[in-house]
Amino acid sequence: MNLVLDGALALLVLLAAARATLARQPLPAVVAFIGYGLALGVAWVRLGAPDVAMTEVAVGGGVTGLVLLRAVSAAAAGAEAAATPVRRVAALALSLVVFAALAGVVVGLPEPAPSLAEAVATHLPPTGLGNPITGVLIVFRALDTLLETVVLLLALIGVWSLSPDRSWAGALAGLDAPPSGALDFLARVIAPVGLVVGIYMFWAGADVPGGAFQGGAVLAAMGLLVIAAGIRPPPRLQCRSLRLMLLAGPFAFLGVGVAGWFVAGAFLDYPAGIEKPVIIAVEVAITLSIAVTLALLVLGPPKERAP
Amino acid sequence: MTLLVHMFTLATVGAGLLFFVAGLVGLLRLPDDLTRLHALAKADNVGLALIVVGLLPQAASLLDAGKLVAVWALLQLASGAVAQLMAEVAAREAKEGGE
Repeated sequence: MNLVLDGALALLVLLAAARATLARQPLPAVVAFIGYGLALGVAWVRLGAPDVAMTEVAVGGGVTGLVLLRAVSAAAAGAEAAATPVRRVAALALSLVVFAALAGVVVGLPEPAPSLAEAVATHLPPTGLGNPITGVLIVFRALDTLLETVVLLLALIGVWSLSPDRSWAGALAGLDAPPSGALDFLARVIAPVGLVVGIYMFWAGADVPGGAFQGGAVLAAMGLLVIAAGIRPPPRLQCRSLRLMLLAGPFAFLGVGVAGWFVAGAFLDYPAGIEKPVIIAVEVAITLSIAVTLALLVLGPPKERAP
Repeated sequence: MTLLVHMFTLATVGAGLLFFVAGLVGLLRLPDDLTRLHALAKADNVGLALIVVGLLPQAASLLDAGKLVAVWALLQLASGAVAQLMAEVAAREAKEGGE
């Protein structure tokens, strides 16, 4: 029975991916991509990785899908060059080669597959965390997470640099939603609930599936909903507190890392005894930064000159 | 007793799935944006309600059952508002198309 369900799920993922890559118009392709993200999230749950599933649905399906939808609606219709058959065949061949290589590696793993799970389980209790994923993200592979937060910041600067010079640090365009009673009602009712859910997802990520990225994505979505409904205008880019919130994550993490050199002996090493408070502080900073960065990524480059 | 509970779950979740299929058929076969939206919104809401009711006896604890109901409530809110929004867009496009 499980095999039938898993097979149906795998088929759904493949069909959504096929629709996303083969659709003629960009809008059905993006909608199929969002559906693909959702189906892939369910597949991650079936593989026993709820943290990854939440991140896939929130960031891969939700935020990325929203960015693509805005790009599709902003791009001129029919102005793009269609891919030539040669390019299509080359892309298909390359994808098949990568798929074959990955399948070969996964299927050819020795039994039992090499895994660091035992090492993580042994070293998790001193950190005070209950969720091994959060342990890996914030403690054992903290350098990777630090670099991820910096990459997000660089991506945002990249998006801002798409604006013409005279609009640098100018006013952001809103989300162009026509005034609607239903949207206003939805934003006013769901935004507080989403705020609690996002903070809970980050807070509970210490012990159960969850974490800073998932919580930050939900918080970003609530902010965007409020902006879309017109309840609040988009943030002003010259606002100092906005810029501080953007920088808080990477620089708090970096500061803790450098302090670890002097206090605990190695870069990004946490001082013995106060690991959990330091971890929570770092996670608060990166959740805040991720939420603001993702929301600003969706809002796009500034359009008008600064007032 | 547990057999009855499982039969209840199977029956209600099955009925919920039937409603989802009905909504899908409506989406594919109905002629107009607004009628399709109506079919989808009504069928999906009832289908989800039936699925949640069917899963309630399977919940591990009262808190889990409460979470299922909360998920249902949030989805009702969101899908209702989204259906309204899509209907507004469809009505506006129909009016602009007619002018």
